[in-house]
Amino acid sequence: MKELSLHILDIAENSVSANAKTVSIEVEEDSQNNLLTIIITDDGKGMDAEMLARVTDPFTTTRTTRKVGLGIPFFKEAAEACNGHFAIASTPGRGTRVEASFQRDHIDRMPMGSIQTTFLDLLVGFPDIHWKFKYRIDEEEFDFDSEPVRKTLDGIPYSDPTVLKYLKDEIDFGIQKIQSVHKQEMP
Amino acid sequence: MNKIKSLDDLKRVREEALEKRSKTTVTGKAHIIVGMGTCGIAAGARETMKAVLDTIEAEKMEGILVTQTGCIGLCEQEPILQVVRGDEEQVTYGKVNPDVAKRILKEHVVEGKVVKEFVVNL
Repeated sequence: MKELSLHILDIAENSVSANAKTVSIEVEEDSQNNLLTIIITDDGKGMDAEMLARVTDPFTTTRTTRKVGLGIPFFKEAAEACNGHFAIASTPGRGTRVEASFQRDHIDRMPMGSIQTTFLDLLVGFPDIHWKFKYRIDEEEFDFDSEPVRKTLDGIPYSDPTVLKYLKDEIDFGIQKIQSVHKQEMP
Repeated sequence: MNKIKSLDDLKRVREEALEKRSKTTVTGKAHIIVGMGTCGIAAGARETMKAVLDTIEAEKMEGILVTQTGCIGLCEQEPILQVVRGDEEQVTYGKVNPDVAKRILKEHVVEGKVVKEFVVNL
């Protein structure tokens, strides 16, 4: 994976596979503490202690098509290579929480990449999931909750071209806005 | 971000979408499935799906459902895209980069011609 936003997409796919109804993705860039934190929380079926202990092992997967799962080990390795931390907590029947932190200015820290595309693809691709996207850069925050959007649309699908344009503009504009504020602050 | 204003905008978008729908005949409805397992993502599936969404938006293609699926065990063929057009049989495509995705939408989804060179035989 070349972008943090691709890892985010990958981990969120696990939440969907775990039959989550609500998935929250929080990304925070804190320039003062030189920290970038990603937290993905779901209310899916969770994992027991044994599965949890093995889940960061590259030879564990819930997939039945192949025996090797690499998503979580990749993400853990990326965080730890950047002076960061990785933690995963889970309760069977309650859900799972994945947290990865990175030294923000670490030379090996991969770029965020197109978080807009990750958000839009998840939203449209899994219309039945309640998505909560949050991206914070210092004081600026982008906040998107799919629930009021789904209710307002009242049966019109996200993949309708008119709706799609609205969603894309909304997410693109929101992210660009916080990223541009941040750029102006750079020396 | 002014959320209230934004949802009002969305209501207008919904009405606009509804109006267009009633004018369009409900034929050639299609379902597009993008493989988004770790293997798919690593091979570029996110951009493939983006190309699908961009094309639907740009060409104003109505009545198309786009969803995702996990790894289907053909990792070496990723990014994988599947098309179900109306009552026709599902077609699985492999190595679908954004340009190929646009072609599949135009030639298969709209015109009904399967893009044979990218079909994966299951």
